Amino acid sequence: MNTAIQYLKAFTLWEFIWAHWLTLKYFFKPKATLNYPFEKNPISPRFRGEHVLRRYPNGEERCIACKLCEAVCPAQAITIEAEPREDGSRRTTRYDIDMTKCIYCGLCQEACPVDAVVEGPNFEYATETREELLYDKEKLLANGDKWERAIAANLAADAPYR
Amino acid sequence: MTDFFQSLGMSYEWAWGVATISGILLIALPLMLAVAFIIYFDRKIWAAMALRRGPNVVGPFGLLQSFADGLKVFLQETIIPSASNRGLFLIAPIITFTVALMAWAVVPFGPEAVLADINVGLLYILAISSLGVYGVVISGWASNSKYPFLSAMRAAAQMISYEVSIGFILITVVLWAGTFNLNDIIMSQVGHGFGIVNAYGFNLLLFPMAVMFLIASMAETARHPFDLTEAESELVAGYQTEYSSMSFALFWLGEYANILLMCALNVILFWGGWLPPLNIDLIPWFDIPGIFWLFGKMFFFFFIFSWVMATVPRYRYDQLMRLGWKVFLPISLIWVFLVSGYLMLTRYG
Repeated sequence: MNTAIQYLKAFTLWEFIWAHWLTLKYFFKPKATLNYPFEKNPISPRFRGEHVLRRYPNGEERCIACKLCEAVCPAQAITIEAEPREDGSRRTTRYDIDMTKCIYCGLCQEACPVDAVVEGPNFEYATETREELLYDKEKLLANGDKWERAIAANLAADAPYR
Repeated sequence: MTDFFQSLGMSYEWAWGVATISGILLIALPLMLAVAFIIYFDRKIWAAMALRRGPNVVGPFGLLQSFADGLKVFLQETIIPSASNRGLFLIAPIITFTVALMAWAVVPFGPEAVLADINVGLLYILAISSLGVYGVVISGWASNSKYPFLSAMRAAAQMISYEVSIGFILITVVLWAGTFNLNDIIMSQVGHGFGIVNAYGFNLLLFPMAVMFLIASMAETARHPFDLTEAESELVAGYQTEYSSMSFALFWLGEYANILLMCALNVILFWGGWLPPLNIDLIPWFDIPGIFWLFGKMFFFFFIFSWVMATVPRYRYDQLMRLGWKVFLPISLIWVFLVSGYLMLTRYG
């Protein structure tokens, strides 16, 4: 009897018709895909994207060249050189992040005592050449100026949980 | 059309030549356009069933995606592997493409709209679609590479297996229609189902053949779920692996032209071709040109092709062979006996 049912199912293409009914139902369902360049997912305040170097509101750069980020970086992507400025404060003369080495672990921003280096919410910074991904201090500070408002809001949103 | 060109003051020979060439262009150019859009619809339907969006950026709703792809492919470099057989390597896609176009000569788009209204139209299509495998086999051999070669072997075996049962299925239709001429086959379907439906598909004896022909035509065009010739997970891209640029595009175009042809054949043989579906004049749909009915039905069958692609996983090679030789061949053979026996009893007995 079971064999007969099996044969009947095979010859009426029962399984196929059932499967096609299923896919037809999916055909009319709303799409799960995001229309990416035009729509984007909301991202967490803790999102670890492109690095920035931040400034104080008076324009003074936050980084005090303690080199904790350089020390903690597991990918050794950060290179810092520092010497005292004319006014005697300790500042970096060179702050490079090799974005091709970076693994976006976020340890640099954890290590930073003055919230100077932060991984911002930006993830769309693909470049056409590899060299463009070797960020220097100037680029990182420019990033900081560009993303300061979003980063400040994210840090404030995340502050109660730290 | 010859008369029209003669009325412009040409001699008969010139008028015939110009009429034939313009007829060929009238079929080939819209066919290329149709192929471009059908590739787009294929991707769109497949995407929708996978809850994706599909191409939607180039042009309104992504309609121009195929043309963008065509342009991209056109601008690329044609790479010819140094170990390949140069001449055969370049001829193979041309064979596939040309053969895919040639079969359209006998496809009727309306009562009079057929390029070559020959009496053995169906045999011609069978012969031409058998030639199509040469492009694949030659490309597989000329590439001098493992995967294309395996793919070519598979393609040859697959085409032969399914052409046998396709032949028998066609015989049942030919027996019923009593002619090989495609237009006459269509005309013999007028009011065939219950006196009102213009389709052989509503004949209880021929309906199983219609379903089997649909499945066999998927195997014949190496479409999912029978796309073992270009099974990505096993053979990279099958016989197209070593191809690039326009030679690749020709394969692509030929493949989809073949799929459209098989849709057209399904429609012509079993579902009334350019006839409206019902033979009753409810609404004035006899005034709608037959070509719209043909295209509408073809598009429906293409939707089924895409639908199957989105639903059924690929067959294993032994399953493919088993289905071809142990299921399709015996059933279609039995059906030839059944149909001819029935016709002997009722029509000729």
